[in-house]
This record gives sequence, structure tokens and C-alpha cells, in this order.
Amino acid sequence: MVPQTASEDTLNKALSALADPTRRAIVQRLKAGPATVGELAEPFDMTLPAVSRHVKVLVHAGLVEKRRVAQWRPCALRPETFREVAGWVESFRETWEENFDRLDELLATLQTTHEPGDKGN
Amino acid sequence: MMSYPLEVSALGDRELVMTRTFDAPPRLVFDSWTKPELLQQWLGVRGGWTMPVCEIDLRIGGEYRIEWTKEGARMGLTGTYHEIERPHHLVSSEVFDEAWYPGEALVTLTLDELGARTTATMTIRYESTEARDQVLVSPMESGVAESYEVLDRLLARVGVRTSAATG
Repeated sequence: MVPQTASEDTLNKALSALADPTRRAIVQRLKAGPATVGELAEPFDMTLPAVSRHVKVLVHAGLVEKRRVAQWRPCALRPETFREVAGWVESFRETWEENFDRLDELLATLQTTHEPGDKGN
Repeated sequence: MMSYPLEVSALGDRELVMTRTFDAPPRLVFDSWTKPELLQQWLGVRGGWTMPVCEIDLRIGGEYRIEWTKEGARMGLTGTYHEIERPHHLVSSEVFDEAWYPGEALVTLTLDELGARTTATMTIRYESTEARDQVLVSPMESGVAESYEVLDRLLARVGVRTSAATG
């Protein structure tokens, strides 16, 4: 109900990146900590270039970054993007949860203090 | 009093779907959505906001006008009823006075009877993907772990639906 500022580009990119089950699985894996593309590829029946392409989409969406540790380039989640995407749905949900909790109370009241003429229409 | 969980999901690229169960028959839920004296008691009236204006012309093509106020601030919502089938189905448009998303939204409310309960499904269809996403954007102050959990819940449903919709 309250106007919000927008960052729709981030959201569009993040959501379309996360619409893919393999990329969601990669994100799940990265929640445990940074991993190289090779490590990410292990649980999947996929070639390294295929996994690399998925990682690239996640990087482009701002969900994942490639770090530099000596000769390694481990992938890691970018928490700020996740916070933004999560906030996206959560503020909307909160507003409506509160609305519907009030509606629960109203409906309970209506059912105990029923006007006779109101029944059965 | 039982409070049921609210499910929010994105459907396709322009719609949001909310599902919530209530311990009341559809007739009462429908009335709570369409009678001013009832709507004024629950919709958006929180944190000091009240709804001094609520005019509803519940006919096909009829309009409604809602105004909320708080300490001199004012927020308004106008719309038109497109389909009315009490107590199971209501379709209306909605436009906020100071819309933070482009165009108007089309809201379909479906009320399904489940014994003494009602499951309400509210589908909001925006004019564009950008409009839908703008409705939902806000900064979030809570911790990272918490936002991952939120996202997990979101992805459990949205991800599947989105990928189905986009092929």
C-alpha cells in the first residue's frame, strides 16, 4: 500500500537468472561457501563450459561474483543482491499479512454478532 | 483465532498471486471486500493510517474510491468493477493516485468454499513486468541468512512457475 522505490532491472535479471533449476542448485551450493566452477560442476551431469555459462548468467545478474585468491577464481554469492530480491517480496507479503490478520478479526466479529437479515443471501 | 499462512507467488511475468484461507464462509469474505463499513476496518488501516473515504458502487462498470490518511498525508485508490458474482468472484481494476508503477492493475478475487472456511485467491495482473516488480521492491534491513530463507521460500514456488512460463 505504500509506494516503494524501484530497482526493477536488478529484479528482472535476478529473477530470470533464478528461474533455472540448475542455477538455483548452484546458488544453494554457494550458500555453504565459495567454490570453483570445477567444484560446482561435480554434482551435475554437465560439462565445465556448461556450468561456466550458468555461472556467467548469475554473475551478470549480480547474484554471484568471481573472487581472486592466488591462482583460484572461486565463485561466491553477493549478499546485497539477495537482500534486495528478498525484500522485494517480503514487504509486499508483510503488508498483506497484516491486512488479512485484521480481516480475520473482522470476520470473527461478524460471525458472532450477526445481523439476522444478513443471513443466507 | 486461527491465522492461516499467506502464500505469495509470481505467475508468468506480469502477475502476482496471493492465497489465504479464512475461517468464514465466502459470503462474509466477499462482503468484507465490497462493503465500505467492513473494508474500512481492515484494508491498509495500520500504523496510524485510517480510511475516511470508501465509496463503492458495486455494479458492473461501477466505480470505487478509497482514501487513506495519516497526519495530513493522503493516499488514494480508484477502480472499476468488471465482473461481480457474489460470493465467489470479483474482478476490478485499480489505480493509485500517485502510482509508483505504470498503468492500472486488474485484480481477480476468487473465493472457494471449503467446509466452513474460504480460500481466497487474489491475482493481480499488471500492465508490464516492470510494474509488477516495482510494486514489490523495497530495501530490506534484516540479515543475510534471513533473506536467503525468504528467497528459498520464494523460489520454491516462483522459480518453478517462472521457468514453466518462460519455457
